Amino acid sequence: MSTDSSSAATSGSNGAAPKSLADVSANRASNRAPGNNPIGSGLEARGVHAWFSKHHALSNVSLDFAAGTVTALIGPSGCGKSTFIRTLNRMHEFIPGAAMAGEVLLDGKDVYSDGVDVTKIRLQIGMVFQKPNPFPSMTIGENVLSGLKLAQIKAENKDDLLEECLVRSGLWNEVKDRLGAHAGGLSGGQQQRLCIARALAVKPKVLLMDEPCSALDPGSTLRIEDTIVELAKSITIVIVTHNMQQAARVSDYTAFFLSDGGPGQMIEVGPTNEIFSRPSDQRTENYVSGRFG
Amino acid sequence: MSSAVLPGSATPKAREITTNPRTSDKVFRGVVTSFGFSALVLLTLIGIFLAVRGFQTFSTEGFHFVTGFNWDVSTDEAGKITYNMGIGAMLVGTVLVSTVALVVGVPLSVSVALFLTFYAPAKIRTLLISIVDLMASFPSVLFGLWGFFVLMPMATYWAKLIYKYLNWIPIFDAPQPYFERSPFIAGLVLAIMIIPIVTSVSREVFAQTPLDRIQAAYALGATKWGMIRAVVLPFGSSGVVGGAMLGLGRAFGETVAVYTILNLVFRPNWHVLFGAGGNIASLIILKWGEATGLETKALLAAGFVLFLMTLVVNMAANFIVGRTLKSGK
Amino acid sequence: MTTTEVKPLRPWATTPRQMAPMALIFSGSFFITLFVLAFTPLKGKLAFVVFFFLFSSLANTIYSVRKRGRKALGETLAASVIIGGSLVVFLPVFSILYITLRKGIAGIHMTLFTQSMSNASFLDPVGKGGLLHALIGTLYLIMIAMIISVPMGIMTALYLTEIKGPGSNFIQFIVQAMSGVPSVVAGLFIFSSIILATPIKASAVAGAFALAILMIPTVTRTSQEVLLLVPADLREAGLAMGATQWRTVATIVVPAARNGLITATILGVARIAGETAPLIFTLGGADKINLNPFNNYNSALPFYVWKGLTLGTPESLARAWSGILVLIVLVLSLFIAARTLGTQKMKK
Repeated sequence: MSTDSSSAATSGSNGAAPKSLADVSANRASNRAPGNNPIGSGLEARGVHAWFSKHHALSNVSLDFAAGTVTALIGPSGCGKSTFIRTLNRMHEFIPGAAMAGEVLLDGKDVYSDGVDVTKIRLQIGMVFQKPNPFPSMTIGENVLSGLKLAQIKAENKDDLLEECLVRSGLWNEVKDRLGAHAGGLSGGQQQRLCIARALAVKPKVLLMDEPCSALDPGSTLRIEDTIVELAKSITIVIVTHNMQQAARVSDYTAFFLSDGGPGQMIEVGPTNEIFSRPSDQRTENYVSGRFG
Repeated sequence: MSSAVLPGSATPKAREITTNPRTSDKVFRGVVTSFGFSALVLLTLIGIFLAVRGFQTFSTEGFHFVTGFNWDVSTDEAGKITYNMGIGAMLVGTVLVSTVALVVGVPLSVSVALFLTFYAPAKIRTLLISIVDLMASFPSVLFGLWGFFVLMPMATYWAKLIYKYLNWIPIFDAPQPYFERSPFIAGLVLAIMIIPIVTSVSREVFAQTPLDRIQAAYALGATKWGMIRAVVLPFGSSGVVGGAMLGLGRAFGETVAVYTILNLVFRPNWHVLFGAGGNIASLIILKWGEATGLETKALLAAGFVLFLMTLVVNMAANFIVGRTLKSGK
Repeated sequence: MTTTEVKPLRPWATTPRQMAPMALIFSGSFFITLFVLAFTPLKGKLAFVVFFFLFSSLANTIYSVRKRGRKALGETLAASVIIGGSLVVFLPVFSILYITLRKGIAGIHMTLFTQSMSNASFLDPVGKGGLLHALIGTLYLIMIAMIISVPMGIMTALYLTEIKGPGSNFIQFIVQAMSGVPSVVAGLFIFSSIILATPIKASAVAGAFALAILMIPTVTRTSQEVLLLVPADLREAGLAMGATQWRTVATIVVPAARNGLITATILGVARIAGETAPLIFTLGGADKINLNPFNNYNSALPFYVWKGLTLGTPESLARAWSGILVLIVLVLSLFIAARTLGTQKMKK
């Protein structure tokens, strides 16, 4: 992605364009309402490793996602960020030959422990994918509520829930008159917001987002970023992104992943404005200042 | 050396590129092209020849040929042969037997296709797929033999058992002596014969279900069956329909297996459980041995009708399947 | 941080402890089924399989619902239906193979392969007369049908994939329509066009023509799939070197697809080896060996079986079974040959 953050290291917080990443994120942190909405007690990964058959893809990642925060995972391509979030909601195991080690604790309980119902985990940890994937055979309304149908959850008032999810994902005004239309007729950005609404309908505690805006135009991207900031008031979000400005705009914490040819590792994590202004590790500094990646 | 585009100058027309192939290529292309069109020629010839030969039948019997329910070829004392031939009963039989085959065979095929694509452990999947393909290569005469010697006694045994012990349930209270040699049993054997085709097509379609939709369903907390119902079946439904129609085409034309099992009787038999009926293909074999003259032409005409039926069904089927696999709905 | 060896795990895999209830369900169902079979009028292998399946599905469903709640009901029922349906499909295959073996073996004699039926009748017990004439006939049919269908099929496939000329879509459509032609119709066509109108009468050649009609679409379709698998870069490389299209195809594309084309041929042969209906109109069904494929009636394995079947006496049926056993062994060998070649190609 772009590297006009090369000015980050040098420029201070001069009011004129372009702001440094540190400024952007400091701005956000100060704008954020004090979080008092713990959805559960958050998500924690302890010593997570991942393999694809013999290939060790991810090594020893420990991250604590506090409830109600937004955490961005940044780093160059191929260093295991997507693999990591897929271990969080147990989607990693679908790949033939997949293996893992470590623990993922949701509200203190390991999601991989014996006897856990994996479908319930996925209800509590939702996911939005890089390429919008609404169900084309369903209408917009049916798409949003599809999670309920799949999990056989009864909702008292479906219409209220439908409206609430679409409002939260920022799509309500655009589709409120055509809830019965097919989902395929929406634009890319609209489809992605539909997917967000769909994920929200089952009331997850955590929402994982795997580069949700990389297939979208800048206008839709900004709209979704606004949505993320709004959502963060009531839900824990983990977002993988290649776009450092995006990370600066939306996240409270940032974790930097890197692979040196071996398994991907988490190099450093911290409050976003610190990562972008005063990173502890030289490699992080190199990345955020655009020297590589 | 850059030249600015002058205002007012239009974009130039594309140049026409012609390739003049070398002679050897011309020959190659000519040869291959003629072979390519030969398939077309062949198919048309089939239609024409059968129609022409059978034309006489249509002109004498007219529409009655298709709707009439009798097939009498009798010679009276003067040596004059009278014909009264109608394939109506056989049409009924064809439809009946094929319907049973579809009703039984398609759900089973979908089950197998789902099993192979989503439930079977990787190790035995290839083996099972090979077995299904092997089924497709079994000679129809074998199905006839097996149907007659294994399936029929077994079905009759079970029918008798059910009748004896469960006839207080209204649906089972049917007199069963005629169960043997019924279109129902013929339909069962046909079902097994069309399962490989329908399964193959269904499997191909199911395997092409877009992965991102499958992942979306799982990420929402769906179970495997929930995912299948929400994503795979809507996506693959038209493909399955196409496959079913291919199976139907095969069932229409099945000769030997039906012949072995059914008593070929010329009465439109709508009772699927009663032992009588036939289909067009088996009619043709039955009468062929002793047919002469006009009767032979009539049999050819019957063959033409069969050809048309299967042609229509197959073309529709291929159209539907092609559309699913290409569009990725 | 020191890197200690961390072992990859699969916490989602079914552990032996989780498999214990399933083992219990299966063994329980086994005994209950035996019990049911012993004390009711239900008997036989089929009854056993059906009830075993029913009881284990029931037990499994109850167990899942108790463990994971009412929501597991749909999932478990669906899985049971799907597995049950698959059982229903696979069982007949084994049943067919089993009975062919059992009934066919009884009729296997050396004479089967050394004699024809010229001095015996189908009513004689097996041991007198054999199917040598049918074997030779089948061999002729296969060879002639191959000579006709393989070039035609591969050429048509080449036209569709390499030349892609005008009318390709239409021809594709036609080929698919042709693959649906019933075998009866193929036989009738050859009868009405060749036997009635040309000097060629019922003979091996006529039979082979009818079989070719059935074989060409199969060969074309499979060849097409194989040719499409040859990567475009190979063709482009040849053309870029200045080779003509025909040379490119002959020396690069076809050899690359060679294994697949052979598989296509073998599968085509397997299909027609067992066809009966078209032969009834075109072959004549001789009882003695006829080494002339162009003249006079001939025989074939499926025809031999058909004759035995239609006569219906125990002796003729015994012949039919032994004949079908030979036929099945032939089809199976062809099939296995095609499969081995097919996987070889992929390994390359």
